[in-house]
This record gives sequence, C-alpha cells and structure tokens, in this order.
Amino acid sequence: MAHTVLHKAETRGHASHGWLDSYHSFSFSSYYNPERMNFGALRVLNDDTVDAGMGFGKHPHDNMEIISIPLEGDLEHKDSMNNVAVIKNGDIQAMSAGTGIYHSEYNKDREQRVKFLQIWVYPNKKNVEPRYDQITLNLDDRHNKLQQILSPNPDDEGVWIHQNAWFHLGKFDKGVSTDYTVKGKGNGVYVFVLSGDVKVNDQLLNTRDGYGIWDTDKFIITAETDAEFLLMEVPMEF
Amino acid sequence: MKTKILAIGRHPEILQTVVRLINNNPEWEGIGANTDDEAVLLFSTQSFKIVLLCGGIEPDSEGRLRTAFNSLNPDAIIVQHYGGGSGLLSAEIFQALAK
Repeated sequence: MAHTVLHKAETRGHASHGWLDSYHSFSFSSYYNPERMNFGALRVLNDDTVDAGMGFGKHPHDNMEIISIPLEGDLEHKDSMNNVAVIKNGDIQAMSAGTGIYHSEYNKDREQRVKFLQIWVYPNKKNVEPRYDQITLNLDDRHNKLQQILSPNPDDEGVWIHQNAWFHLGKFDKGVSTDYTVKGKGNGVYVFVLSGDVKVNDQLLNTRDGYGIWDTDKFIITAETDAEFLLMEVPMEF
Repeated sequence: MKTKILAIGRHPEILQTVVRLINNNPEWEGIGANTDDEAVLLFSTQSFKIVLLCGGIEPDSEGRLRTAFNSLNPDAIIVQHYGGGSGLLSAEIFQALAK
C-alpha cells in the first residue's frame, strides 16, 4: 500500500531577505519545522527568486549533492574549483560538495530577476572529491513525456550525483498522462508542480504543491491543465 | 547558561564558518577542533552537550571519536553535520536538543 504526504504550496516556509525571496519545502536556515525535515534523502527544496544584480556571496558547502534548476533568468556560478559558468532556463547544474567547496551565485542581469530551484540531496558517500557539472537540456524532450535530468550513473542521461536518485521533468499538455515506474528498490518520489494542475493517481496538485509517494512500484501522473512538474526519486532510507 | 557545541571538521575555513554561525545564536556557544586530539582534549575538559561531526572526518577517526566521547560523557549528542554552512545547521542543532 502506497504511503503519501502532501505539502501544499502555502504551507512552505518563507523567507524574504529583500534581494532574495525563498520558499522552503523543508526546514532550512531560519525556517525550522520538525515535521518538515526531509523526504528520504531529499533534504532541501528551495524555490528562490533573486533580484536583478544581486546574489549569494562566497559561501561554503560540504557533504551534500546540490542541484540547481534555473526557471527564469541567468545565474552566474563561480567556485573554488575555478569553475565559472552561467546557468539559464533549460540548464541543470549539479555539485558534489564532498570534502568542501566555496562558491558564489549571482544574478548579473541589471533588470531581470532570477527564479531557480535549489535542491539538496544527502550523499550516499561522505567526503568525496568535490565536483561540478552543468548541462543544457533539450526542452522539446520533456513535452508530453518525462525527460530524465539526473541519475546516479555518469553514463546515463542528465547530470549524475552520489546518490541512488533519478530526477525527471515533464511539460504536459492538458489531459496527457503517463506512468512512472520507481527505479530503485526502497525509493520514493517527491512530485513538485512548477505550473498548472496535475493529478498523481487521485491526488490533485496545484502550482508549487509538493507530494511524496513511497512504498509503491508505480503511479500515474496526469496533467489536469497544461502543466510543468519535477519528479525527484530518492532513497527513503539512506 | 549557553548550550556548548563542539564542531569537528578538517576544512579550516568551513569549520570557522560553522563555529561563527553557531555563535550567532546567543543561546549557543560553539568551539571548533580540526584534529582528533584537539577534539578529545576539549571534550575532556569542557562540558559539551552536542558534538557536530563536520566534513572530512575519516571513518576510522569518527569511530575513535565516538568511542571516546561516549566513554567520557554518554549523554552528549553526536550529530553528523551536512552541508557545511547555514542551511541545515540550526535545524540539526534544534533536532539534537529535542532528543
């Protein structure tokens, strides 16, 4: 029997720092809710908006798999491994913080805000060598089908991380439906709706709602309106 | 009385950041240690409620540290710190204090 958890968009933590407006699906920084700590190995899902010309100054990370998905605008990334890159809508960035890195993220545009998802997944191995990866995805590959954007395998589609996790994006027209088959034994899937309304089995989800489902092998996802969504499959025990 | 927290990590700059962030909370007092010897010495001479194991600690070291801390003060709460910065730190400490 499947287990589920529903996180309506309006129940997320919220922090407004002037230049940064952030919604936290799970406890993060000053938002602490013991009932909202993680979904399996998925620990952070931040829905961030960064003002024009602003950003996150140099700051450290270790022992975390960090995935950034830009939704709107461009974000410049610089890190202590000498990577300098701009990520934009259609890209995905993955970083294994491992033994420790410093990085900064800035919206260099003077007029346009940046919206992006910042996702942290617990690693399956501590103290790995830090690494950075960024790819550009073909947006057509998610139209009315699931586009794999992340896996545990360097040779598979999308970026890879140190965890038995698979992420997919979908941009479905109203009425389109598909099955999702869970790939890893003991894994669950956290569905996050980027826009529109979708149903996961019989559960209706609206924009920015989150819905976790586990102890099941598969489920059906249906677009009730034109909709975009992110599926994050992660181990429930790690 | 402040809650004393010992943070142990191998990356000096990240450890310094973690200790600074702990000390931003007026109810917490953070002290950092880069080495196992330094950590055990601090733990044996001061009363820490929480130990944060930060990045870079090898499995053998972690085992030795856990054994030493459990022997010296079994009530101390040992927590793995993830992320190396402000994101998860407070929640990890709040969770430890709730135990």
